[in-house]
Amino acid sequence: MLATLNLDAAFSALADPTRRAILARLAKGETTVMELAEPFEITQPAISQHLKVLEDAGLVERRVDGTKRPRRLAEAGIAAMDQWLAMLRKALEKNYDRLDEVLAGTEQPKTKRGEKR
Amino acid sequence: MSKLTLKTEGNTHVVVTRRFAAPPEAVYRAHTDPKLIQKWLLGPEGWTMPVCINDTRPGGKFRYEWANGKGHGFHVTGEYLELEPYNRIVHVERMHLPDPTPDNHVETRFDADGAGTLMTVRMTLPDAQTRATMLATGMERGMEASYVRLEGMI
Repeated sequence: MLATLNLDAAFSALADPTRRAILARLAKGETTVMELAEPFEITQPAISQHLKVLEDAGLVERRVDGTKRPRRLAEAGIAAMDQWLAMLRKALEKNYDRLDEVLAGTEQPKTKRGEKR
Repeated sequence: MSKLTLKTEGNTHVVVTRRFAAPPEAVYRAHTDPKLIQKWLLGPEGWTMPVCINDTRPGGKFRYEWANGKGHGFHVTGEYLELEPYNRIVHVERMHLPDPTPDNHVETRFDADGAGTLMTVRMTLPDAQTRATMLATGMERGMEASYVRLEGMI
């Protein structure tokens, strides 16, 4: 099973609200395409198309169960994305932690009290 | 304590908030004074900003260049649209990799929060695809953001 994650494809896949909703549903557990289509006001083929985008992005995978092909979250893909996001968040936090230090050093005592804007 | 929040809004926005102990005036200055910007707007460890030029007035341009000391670098250019000391900055920016990315419209607010500041950065990208690409490729002035909504869902 190839659970490779293409970050570009993964974020593009997430740009669509229906696909985000599908992921939210799958986060609760494995589901068939028919069950997935139920809460949405779109056709099953349309859902299948969304699922294909999510599968190509490495975020969803299918299991073979007799004639059924239930879908579930691709844990490896989701974990890789989480890791990426954690790294991005860290870089941003690092910037602002540095800014905290800069601000601590530039808070001069000569603050003009009572100054109005 | 996590002081940072990141979230997507609608199809084209990314909103970042962060609290600072310093008052809005100081935080605003740290976003407009090149000497101060060069001290913190650096992204990952090992990167520096050798060039920081900004003309802080409406219509004024800015250019930030980053380098990692190993021959890699990139730059961001942009224009200020509105500057309201010490409350609000509105600007557009693009990253050059080296081709320019679509314009990111950014509104940064500095609101007094007790003795400190609540900063809110609201980015607007031209479309959902551009936002997706921006989040996937990372480094946007070191202002990466994430699909926290997804994190919450999973």
